[in-house]
This record gives sequence, C-alpha cells and structure tokens, in this order.
Amino acid sequence: MIGLASSRAMRLVAISVLLLFIAVPVVAPLIGHTFYVDVFVRIMIWSIAALGLNLILGFGGMVSFGHAAYIGVGGYAIGILAYHGVDNGFIQWPLALAASGLAAMVFGAISLRTRGVYFIMITLAFAQMVYFLGVSADTYGSNDGMTIWNRSEFALGGTALDLSDGTLFYYLVLAILAGVFLLVRRIVASRFGAVIQGARSNETRMQAIGVPVYRYRLAAFVISGLICGLAGILMANFEKFVSPDMMDWQSSGVLMFMVILGGMGSLFGPVLGAIAYLILSELLSNLTEHWHIIFGPFLVLFVLFVRGGLAGLIGEQRAG
Amino acid sequence: MTAAFLIEQALNGFQLGVLLFLLAAGLTLVFGIMDLVNLAHGSVYMVGAFLAATFVQWTGSFLLGIVLALPATLVVGIVLEVVALRTLYARGHMDQVLATFGLILFFNEAVRLVWGPAGMAIPLPDFLDATLALPLGIVYPSYRMFIIVVGCLVAFGLYWLVARTRLGMLIRAGASNREMVGALGVDIRLLFTAVFGIGAMLAGLAGMLVAPINQAQVGMGEEILILAFVVIVIGGIGSIRGAFIAAILIGVIDTLGRSFLDVLLLAVLNANAAEAAGPALSSMLIYVLMAAILTFRPQGLFPPRSG
Repeated sequence: MIGLASSRAMRLVAISVLLLFIAVPVVAPLIGHTFYVDVFVRIMIWSIAALGLNLILGFGGMVSFGHAAYIGVGGYAIGILAYHGVDNGFIQWPLALAASGLAAMVFGAISLRTRGVYFIMITLAFAQMVYFLGVSADTYGSNDGMTIWNRSEFALGGTALDLSDGTLFYYLVLAILAGVFLLVRRIVASRFGAVIQGARSNETRMQAIGVPVYRYRLAAFVISGLICGLAGILMANFEKFVSPDMMDWQSSGVLMFMVILGGMGSLFGPVLGAIAYLILSELLSNLTEHWHIIFGPFLVLFVLFVRGGLAGLIGEQRAG
Repeated sequence: MTAAFLIEQALNGFQLGVLLFLLAAGLTLVFGIMDLVNLAHGSVYMVGAFLAATFVQWTGSFLLGIVLALPATLVVGIVLEVVALRTLYARGHMDQVLATFGLILFFNEAVRLVWGPAGMAIPLPDFLDATLALPLGIVYPSYRMFIIVVGCLVAFGLYWLVARTRLGMLIRAGASNREMVGALGVDIRLLFTAVFGIGAMLAGLAGMLVAPINQAQVGMGEEILILAFVVIVIGGIGSIRGAFIAAILIGVIDTLGRSFLDVLLLAVLNANAAEAAGPALSSMLIYVLMAAILTFRPQGLFPPRSG
C-alpha cells in the first residue's frame, strides 16, 4: 500500500521509541528521576489521542478542530460513574467508550455535511458545546473539575488488576498504545482505509465509482472519536481528575499540533509529535514561566518551514 | 418578568451583537478575500483594549485615548500581516489555524509581560457613566447605548466603504477573483494589507469598547473569537451583510437565552431540573443554532457566490 511506504529510518525510530517506552519505568528510578515515569505516561496517553486524530486528519483529510471533546467525554464518563459509586472497570470502560463513540457519531453526522473551513468551525463548535456542558455541570465540579477517588477496578474471579500500581498502569497504557497503533495501521492498509484516503485525494472520483463516501467518512470519524475517548479514559484514571480544561479548544489545538508536528498521514508520526510537544513544553516551562512567548513563534516558524513534520525530516514518505 | 426587562435584555443582546459584528467584519473580509483563517484576530481585539487603556491613562481622556489607540491598533495589524500572515495566504486552512494558534499564545504571553497579568480597567467619562431614561420606564446605561450607536455607525460606514468607494470596489473584486484583480494591475499585496489593517482596527475598536465594561484582560479575545467565528459561519463566509445579520442574531439569542431560558424551562420541567439545565443549555444555545443552520444550509445563510 502507498500509505504504508515508510523508510527504514522510520522503522528504526519506531523501534527505538518502543524500547525507550519499555525502559523508562526501569531506568528512571535508577537515575533518581521517577518523575519521568509520569511524563511518559502522559506522552503515551496523548500519543493514543493523536493516533486517533491522525486517522481522520492525516489519512482522511478531515480537519477536526474539536477532538479534545471526545477525550473529555471519555474522561467525564469515568468521573461521573465513579462519582455515583460505579468503580467496576468492566462497566466503566465500555460505557465511556460508548459515550464518546455516540458523541462522535452525532457530531460527525452533522459536521461531515460541511466542507473546508465550515467543517473546522463546526467541529470546534460542537467541542465548545461539550466544554460548556462541563463548565455548567454543578454536580460534577463545573469549572473546577472533579476528583476521582478510585481508579477503575478490574476484578475477575480471584485475580484483580490493580491500576493504582504505577508500574502496572504504565505498562497497561503502553500495551493499549501499541494496540491502537497496530489497529490504525491495519485500518489504513485495509480496503476501508483505501477509501478514506482516496476520498481525501479525490472525493468526486470516489463517489463516481460508487462508494458512499459520507458513510465511510462517518465510520472513520467515529473510530477516531473512540480512540480519543479511550485516551480520555486513561487520562481520567491517571490524573484521577477531570476538568473542562481537558476539552477546551486549546486542547484540541494542541492535539492537532502534535499530529502535524509528528507528520500528518505518517503512521508513527503522531507518537513522535506527542513526545516532541510534551518534552518541549516541559523543557521550555522549566526555562521560563512565560514559555508561550517562545513556543508561539516556534509554532509559526514550524508551520512555515517544516513540511511533513518530524516524520518528513526522518525521511518517511507522506501517505497518498 | 416585565416587558421592560425583556426590552432591556434585547438591547443588551443587540449591543453584544454590534460588538460581535465589529470583530466578525474583519474576520469575514480577511477570509473572503485572502482565504485566511485568522485565529489571532482575537489577539488584536485584546491588544486594542490594552492600548486604549494605556492611552486613556496617559491622556486622561476617554475619547482621546480611543482616537490614539485606533491608529496604533492599525499599525499592530499591518505589522502582523507583513511579518507573519502574508506568507500564510498560499497555505492550507490547517496550516493557517495552527500558525495563528501559535500567534495567540505569543500575544497572550507578550501582553502579560508588557501589561502584567492583572488586567486594566478603563474609567468612563461622566457623560457616558450615566443612565438614559427610555420610554416604558426603561432605564438603560448610556455607555451601552453609546456602543450600539458607534457600532451601527461603523457598520454603516463599512457598508458605504465596500459598496460605494473605489477601495470597496477592489475589495469586492478581490473577493470574487483575486488573480484577475492582480492581472489588471492592482497591487494585490497592498490591497490585502489594507483590508487586514481595516479588519484589525475594527477588532481593536471592539476590544476598546468592551474594556470599560469587562476590563482589558489577557485571553479576553479567545471566547469572543469563537463567537465571531460562529457569526461568520452562520452568516456565510465573506459576506458583510451576513455577518451583520448573524452577529445581531447571535447577540440577541445568546443574551435572551441566558436571561429567560430557565424561565421557559420551568414551564416544562420541575424547578430543580430547570435550574440545572438552564445555564448549560443557554451557553450551548448558539452552538446548537449553528449546528442547526449548517445542517440545512452547509454554507451559511448568505453563501458566497462562487466565481
């Protein structure tokens, strides 16, 4: 498949990153920086969300400016269920996924009727709706957000998965990240993925050969929303806190930036983008409290001069 | 609830609509002509407010401060266009969204550094810090009425500029076919800079007008920017007329929704449910409206005539 054309250099980078992810919980305590374990959990969770957005943004050409909403829906679903005493992960996770999938289906069904900048703006508007819903939900903390006292409980028979174990949670997130990556790779390589990419290059032609483009796009949109919802579930469990901030429009912007920083339409690019963004912001914010004054112009220069993101720099061909 | 209260809230809504129009006019012109999605438009609005606050402080006069701040905002807009945005015209919308998102971060932090994080108030002169007695026993703040009058004058002036002057003719020609205007020997770069400057000045004016009510604050541009985008998307991108109608519509619906939705909900729900759902629904109301309009008219109420 054209979409899978990736250089050997990129494969090498991907394997190195995987090894890095595996090594962090082992190495960090040895060098006395256990703090980095947390940084890397965040990196991996955002990577999952960025992989989800990349499916429609990079491969499908659908510029959604509101994907933080699905992270928020997934996270809030966990928070709300926990608030009402439902800690069972086997109930929480499917319900949270269903909620984010449903939101993506409704919002996607309406948004996908529009094109271009109208699409960008209507996805933003839906995300704002969800954001304001969070802000005005008094029972669930409104502006201040709400604390989740217990992480999801997975107990089956005698064995239980203890998510409050930091190392176990770390490797669970890593396993999910790997799973999502393989899933996206598989989707992109499938007939379904070919339709999505074909519709990005030439929608009219796709329709002319009898493909119901709208339905395919909607399906891709929902899958992408589900993946972001999954990231939200993990985020809520990790931070033990959800707030409207996680779904404000700046979060959507950051998510989009990760995808583009890593390289749109590159399979592994979003992971690189999430790593680069979070490490960069970590370093800059240590440097100065006013790190946005450096980061903002950096963003502009990056957009102006770097085409194809980090994956492009490494030498991966862009999809399509 | 009385008729007087209803009218007062409607006036408040109209006033919000007028402010939104000032912001949306530049946005829709820049989008219609240069095909640029400019998220940093809200930053100009914020910078305008801070400049006005500073000039008012220096001169001690509200009107003089505004008069000085307007050309200053114009300069900020022109510099912004020449330095950063000009190169973005040829790029895709996503690149533009991202780069101007970066500009927002820059402007917010720059304003925080220059003016401090606290925000600045603009004191009103005596003749504006009063109330007007309207018919039906309505008492209305004269400053809000001042905003309505100024906004309507600007809207009328803009209509005159676009419909009656040579510059306006070029703007309209540029909106329907840029390449052709350029080929006919018009300096298209200069035209773009002029349009952007005018848009920036209008956004700055909106910021200056709102500052005496809400203070000049870091980040004040973001929330209203999204409203302005809702306005231009509902109105149809590139249409000044659409922007005006949509701005008033959004302003009035948003304000009335916030004041009366819980009362209306009370008719169908019990008191607790209405109290809980009211604020949530009213802040979502305009986004619901936008979704509804785009569902039936995916290009807004006044779609651009494609050339």
